[in-house]
Amino acid sequence: MIIHQLSVFLENKSGRLTEVLDVLGRENIRITALSVADTTEFGILRIIVSDPEKAKTLLKEQMFTVNITEVISVMAPDEAKYYAKVLKILSDIDISVEYTYAFSTGKKSVIVLRCSNNEKAIEALKAHEMELLKASDLYRI
Amino acid sequence: MEIWNRHFECMERDELRRVQGERLRETVERVYFNVPYYRHRMQEAGLGPENILSIEDIVKLPFTTKSDLRDTYPFGMFAVPMSEIVRLHASSGTTGKPTVVGYSRNDISTWSEVMARTLTCAGANRNDFIQIAYGYGLFTGGLGLHYGGEKIGASVIPVSGGNTNRQLQLMHDFGTTVLACTPSYALYLAEAIEESGINRDELRLKAGVFGAEPWTENMRREIEQKLKIKAIDIYGLSEVIGPGVASECTEQNGLHINEDHFFPEIIDPETLQVLPEGSLGELVFTTITKEGLPLIRYRTRDLTRLHYEKCSCGRTLVRMDKCLGRSDDMLIIRGVNLFPSQIETVLLEMSEIKPHYRIIVDRVNNLDTLELQVEVDEEFFQDKISQLQSLSGKLRDNLESATGLGIKVTLVEPKTIERSEGKAIRVIDNRKF
Repeated sequence: MIIHQLSVFLENKSGRLTEVLDVLGRENIRITALSVADTTEFGILRIIVSDPEKAKTLLKEQMFTVNITEVISVMAPDEAKYYAKVLKILSDIDISVEYTYAFSTGKKSVIVLRCSNNEKAIEALKAHEMELLKASDLYRI
Repeated sequence: MEIWNRHFECMERDELRRVQGERLRETVERVYFNVPYYRHRMQEAGLGPENILSIEDIVKLPFTTKSDLRDTYPFGMFAVPMSEIVRLHASSGTTGKPTVVGYSRNDISTWSEVMARTLTCAGANRNDFIQIAYGYGLFTGGLGLHYGGEKIGASVIPVSGGNTNRQLQLMHDFGTTVLACTPSYALYLAEAIEESGINRDELRLKAGVFGAEPWTENMRREIEQKLKIKAIDIYGLSEVIGPGVASECTEQNGLHINEDHFFPEIIDPETLQVLPEGSLGELVFTTITKEGLPLIRYRTRDLTRLHYEKCSCGRTLVRMDKCLGRSDDMLIIRGVNLFPSQIETVLLEMSEIKPHYRIIVDRVNNLDTLELQVEVDEEFFQDKISQLQSLSGKLRDNLESATGLGIKVTLVEPKTIERSEGKAIRVIDNRKF
């Protein structure tokens, strides 16, 4: 249930994001989800891709700073209350969410979370019959 | 522990002072009669050769600066006819014309002698393979090391600077035991070795002689750890002779100055008065054996201290501390004095950060601004903004407590700060004065 997300350190320079996408595009690596966290000085690109190890190697070759981060993902109906429910389940057992992002696939939404304790979060969400996604599920979206 | 020239390197102080006095007297006589510049300066001060009888009299003599050399460009300060000059070197001028130095045949032999001492100080001998990755050419680094290496009978590999892949190949295939280059290039090579996948056990490296730019104790530790060698600090400047002016021994407790050739003093750069033993001040050299370009009380702008106690290696030659910076690379930021080495020390204390940095100084609305660009360590990088922000915050705090200055910290991607194969350019000062 743990998903390997790629995190890339980006300087605030125009063209850096394009370069990342070019590198991955050339090797036909698919991107399922993407989000950018930015500050005034730098940004961190977070992406879920079809082949994280290969993508990491390719980016490292191009001198990017890359790490693989473990996240979890939940599929829920496309309504705010379900997102809120997911977050409440976690906060009730004192799991903090370091960051989260989501995207819609039509009727349903895919929520990506990085929690202070991913294993415990998975257990708790399963206990509440939440639909957790595996990496292979995500890559098929 | 081997010593190349026990007679001079271990000479008793009184005897050495006598030798220095005699050599000074000869030098002053030579420059008085052969260099119009010095004759005029001495006459202005009411001095003739008869006033300089012992080494104590040196304080009567005028100082020489880099701009004196520039004003007499190219050969105006030479003390022998050009027919006696067998070699010319030049250092790149930071402002306009280069500084030109000329060597007589005896000067080349003196240079080889002091470089033989330097290499012996580092533990090298005839059985060593010395890879010289200093630039060959007008820069004195390459050829200075080269002549010293041959003098001690080592196998010299004159690869010169740059071409990192070839450096690694020769180091590996020839079994280099001693590496000579700038400390920043040594670090660069250490990284390149890591990346190349060469197993350290396949290399025979045991020591390195590093100089030509300031470096800190922490940088030494990093080089020693990464390359698993003893890193020896060497010091020199082309005006005085090139490398070979001073060198650490394997005790690594200060750099022995070859003071039977280059007489050192420490002065206050403001008042120009000689400071008491052990004081921090500007290093001044008088060359007391050189023929081509003898220099009287040449101001190096390097800041250091001198120590006269005998070293545990057996040498009695005075030792200088690693230079703490130059009196002219000192930055004045909002009235505060700042040495780039202070910043480097802070960086090296923080394991999360690579010691590759760039300082950008500017002036915005009449206020000096200082930006420090540093590379994020790949091993430390995770994807939490908070973590990176707390890292730059911690660095900012450490810098402020070390320097008293608020410095903007910018984290940049690894390997984006240029690795220098010569002297590293660490400061970009965009201020217009």
